Amino acid sequence: MASLVGSRVERKEDKRFLTGKGRYTADINLANQTYAIFVRSPHARASIKKINIDKALKSSGVVSILTGKEIADDKIGGLIAGWAIRSEDGTEMKCPGNPPLAKDNVNFVGDPVAVVIAESLAEAKDAAEKVEVDYKILKAVTSTADAMNGDTIHEGIDKNLCFDWLLGDRQKVKEAFDKADKVISIDIINNRLIPNAMEPRACVADYNAASEEITLYTTSQNPHLSRLIMSAFGNVAPEHKLRVVAPDVGGGFGSKINVYNEDIVCSWAAKKINRAIKWVAERSESFLTDIHGRDHVTHAELAVTKDGKFLGFKNETIANLGAYARVFGTVTPTYLFGPCATGVYEIPAAYTNVKAVYTNTAPVDAYRGAGRPEATYTIERLVEKASMELGIDKTELRIKNFPTAFPFKQTLVHTVDSGDYVAGMEKAKQMADYKGFEARRKESEAKGKLRGIGVTSYFEACGIAPSAAVMSLGCGVGLWESAEVRFNPTGQVTVYTGSHSHGQSHQTTFAQIAADELGVPIENIDIVHGDTDKGTFGMGTYGSRSLAVGGIAIVNACKKIVEKGKRVTAKMLEANPEDVEFKDGEFIVSKSNKKKTIGEVAFACYLPGVRDEMKSPLPEGDEPGLKETSFYDPSNFSFPAGTHIAEVEIDPETGHVKLEKYTACDDFGRIINPMVVEGQVHGGLAQGIGQALYENAEYDETGQLMTGSYMDYTMPRADNFPEFNIGYTCTHATTNPLGVKGCGEAGAIAAPPTVMNAVIDALGGQEVTMPATAEKVWKACKNLKKSNSKAA
Amino acid sequence: MGKISLEVNGRKVEKEASDNTLLSTFLREHLQLTGTHIGCDTSQCGACVVHVDGNSLKSCTALAADVNGSKVTTIEGLETNGKMHPMQEAFKKLHGLQCGFCTPGMVMSAVDLLQKNKKPSDTEIRDWLEGNICRCTGYQNIVSAVKEAATKM
Repeated sequence: MASLVGSRVERKEDKRFLTGKGRYTADINLANQTYAIFVRSPHARASIKKINIDKALKSSGVVSILTGKEIADDKIGGLIAGWAIRSEDGTEMKCPGNPPLAKDNVNFVGDPVAVVIAESLAEAKDAAEKVEVDYKILKAVTSTADAMNGDTIHEGIDKNLCFDWLLGDRQKVKEAFDKADKVISIDIINNRLIPNAMEPRACVADYNAASEEITLYTTSQNPHLSRLIMSAFGNVAPEHKLRVVAPDVGGGFGSKINVYNEDIVCSWAAKKINRAIKWVAERSESFLTDIHGRDHVTHAELAVTKDGKFLGFKNETIANLGAYARVFGTVTPTYLFGPCATGVYEIPAAYTNVKAVYTNTAPVDAYRGAGRPEATYTIERLVEKASMELGIDKTELRIKNFPTAFPFKQTLVHTVDSGDYVAGMEKAKQMADYKGFEARRKESEAKGKLRGIGVTSYFEACGIAPSAAVMSLGCGVGLWESAEVRFNPTGQVTVYTGSHSHGQSHQTTFAQIAADELGVPIENIDIVHGDTDKGTFGMGTYGSRSLAVGGIAIVNACKKIVEKGKRVTAKMLEANPEDVEFKDGEFIVSKSNKKKTIGEVAFACYLPGVRDEMKSPLPEGDEPGLKETSFYDPSNFSFPAGTHIAEVEIDPETGHVKLEKYTACDDFGRIINPMVVEGQVHGGLAQGIGQALYENAEYDETGQLMTGSYMDYTMPRADNFPEFNIGYTCTHATTNPLGVKGCGEAGAIAAPPTVMNAVIDALGGQEVTMPATAEKVWKACKNLKKSNSKAA
Repeated sequence: MGKISLEVNGRKVEKEASDNTLLSTFLREHLQLTGTHIGCDTSQCGACVVHVDGNSLKSCTALAADVNGSKVTTIEGLETNGKMHPMQEAFKKLHGLQCGFCTPGMVMSAVDLLQKNKKPSDTEIRDWLEGNICRCTGYQNIVSAVKEAATKM
């Protein structure tokens, strides 16, 4: 049987999406449902003096209006930060309470203060406008860089500082810098982004008074985790009385990891009013209240010798958490960022210091790449600058500092099991025709255009998160994954996974894996996820972990099935279990022609004796049935890596940047489905290029979001991109049986520095912040002219 | 309230709807045709594109009453006798979709492009799809799918 792993298998999920049969949360309507509208703060920071709902209650169709008081009275818990971080001085991080409905204070525009529930959406909207909230407006803190000097937002949290975290050794770094021939330094702003999954968030909550069960349909990347948080910290209901279903979900990119206010409020309120409640975000609500991404201000330095060896690295970052610390809010700028800060280089001494601050803006959390794009942007901008200042070719300087052997023990945390960074670089250069660039630059010059080339070599730590590794770093939780493989008596297979697909194609790629492991045709394998009533508790999908962690759990569960199958076959065929081999769906007794198919074995496991002469085929100690579960906790992160090269052409008259060429050469380890991986790379690149050239979330000084719609926030469109040139090198991960590494975030990690290095190269080394808009670039072009004429 | 009469996917429908009902709402809420998606409030994203009398239209920009009497085709009406349209087939073959949310609008828009331009260039395809936002695919496989469909239509 030909292996399916490695093949371009068309997706099992596509037909329903292509024919309008997808079932997203907003498509769900329940009998007798009501509609919720949230009353949100129009101010970035204010105290709530009084809420008057009298007029609103009299509005037509209103069923109920609930505020922060009721939710506090019912002791419903707030939203939480999932990871505890300790400051350099040993103190615990400081997190404010974050009630699902604000009671005393609001801390960002969009912070919900009340929910209006009515018979129709229009009636709920009308009534919501009649809720009178009397605010005392306070001075907002919005700037990342100045947050520590602003008014105290949360009582008892001095300087608005959540933590001041250090990874690395300041003294060793000082010694390294003392020995340096040259120090390259850089100041960087990693611009705030809004994830913008195309499906706006939504939830439908239902309550069954007889069974006392709440069912919540919601747009989540991790329904099991949502249920756990809502139950353990939100006190919404005990876990066995709360079912969370994340049906088809229209993209997440990290923004749907969090349990949100609306999930908790609608679940709680559905029980209170004993009716179903539906809430669907308008896009403007998504802009205001979905978690945002990035938003770092960084000063970094690289100590080098004159011939280009890196000696030391320091990174001083202020990370904006927004108004509250949410699930991945505190881990993103620390453990997902700091350990990757030194990139793909051997740097003997390094440290990363992160001050995480609160501001009166939307919470910042994990967005595609989460910490690793920020780390990569810093080191790769710095290395590019070093190449300019040292006069060493940008690719040569990188190669000079690549590790020469694997496993590669980095200075800070990670031991990278596998890779070949030089091979990736050489292949990328070839694909991009790096040698031919000077000729192309001259051609552009002849047309009056500026041409630049940018390079990035990156690695990322994926497959989050091995319990042993994260616990040794002081984090509370490891993130393993579950799988359950269940045979029907007649031989079809259902695989339950704790991870969740919202575009990643698990229904296909996980079925490919199970098909190969079990020798069952892929048509007979169903993948089930997204419902806490189906399958075992699992951690969900983020951090490029679905395959490298969830996929391995499937492999391990399949291996247990095969082991049992061998024992059962041996009993059926009167052989020793050690003499039974399994291949392509058949159990064969070695050196004989005796065999059983896996379908026959499954049938015998459930219905012993019905089709076989043996009346009791089950070996002693084995129970009936054919179903196995695995909880896989990886031994290490996985480490995809690669080199990307971009070329831009700038029109100095308009400042317009045209991305002419983009080459990505990645090492993702073994690839399960090349078609799917290519799609993941394309999508990641589009978001990374979006950050570099188009996207920016901007607040004014009063905390109003200036980019709150698709009219103001530039979403990349089809005509913004050239055709991407994608290629691979491959070194198998040595830490998991499939040799896989993960591919979902690479594009978003590598593209921003690649594109910006090209833009800045074209501008003769002038720094421009992301996004490199026509206005900024045009100004830089004017400076370039001035300095050129001075030089002449 | 008024009576809206349409021919939707070849079937005559007649429903009462308030005068301010958008076509997108009418399709989703009154006819339960939830394949047409709502991704924004500013007529930017294109997830709601349907065909009205043969031309693509963002169904959130029209009132149901405005198109009264028209023939409407939604993503649910693109198959013929259970066989997917060449554009749907091409999206599947070339992985022109991931999460599937923008897909109905993207497909309906692309079908209209090929009605108007049988052999569009890459640039023409990218320009035409400027009104359809996709966050997953980076558009490349969508462009390939449209080109593939052009050879089959």
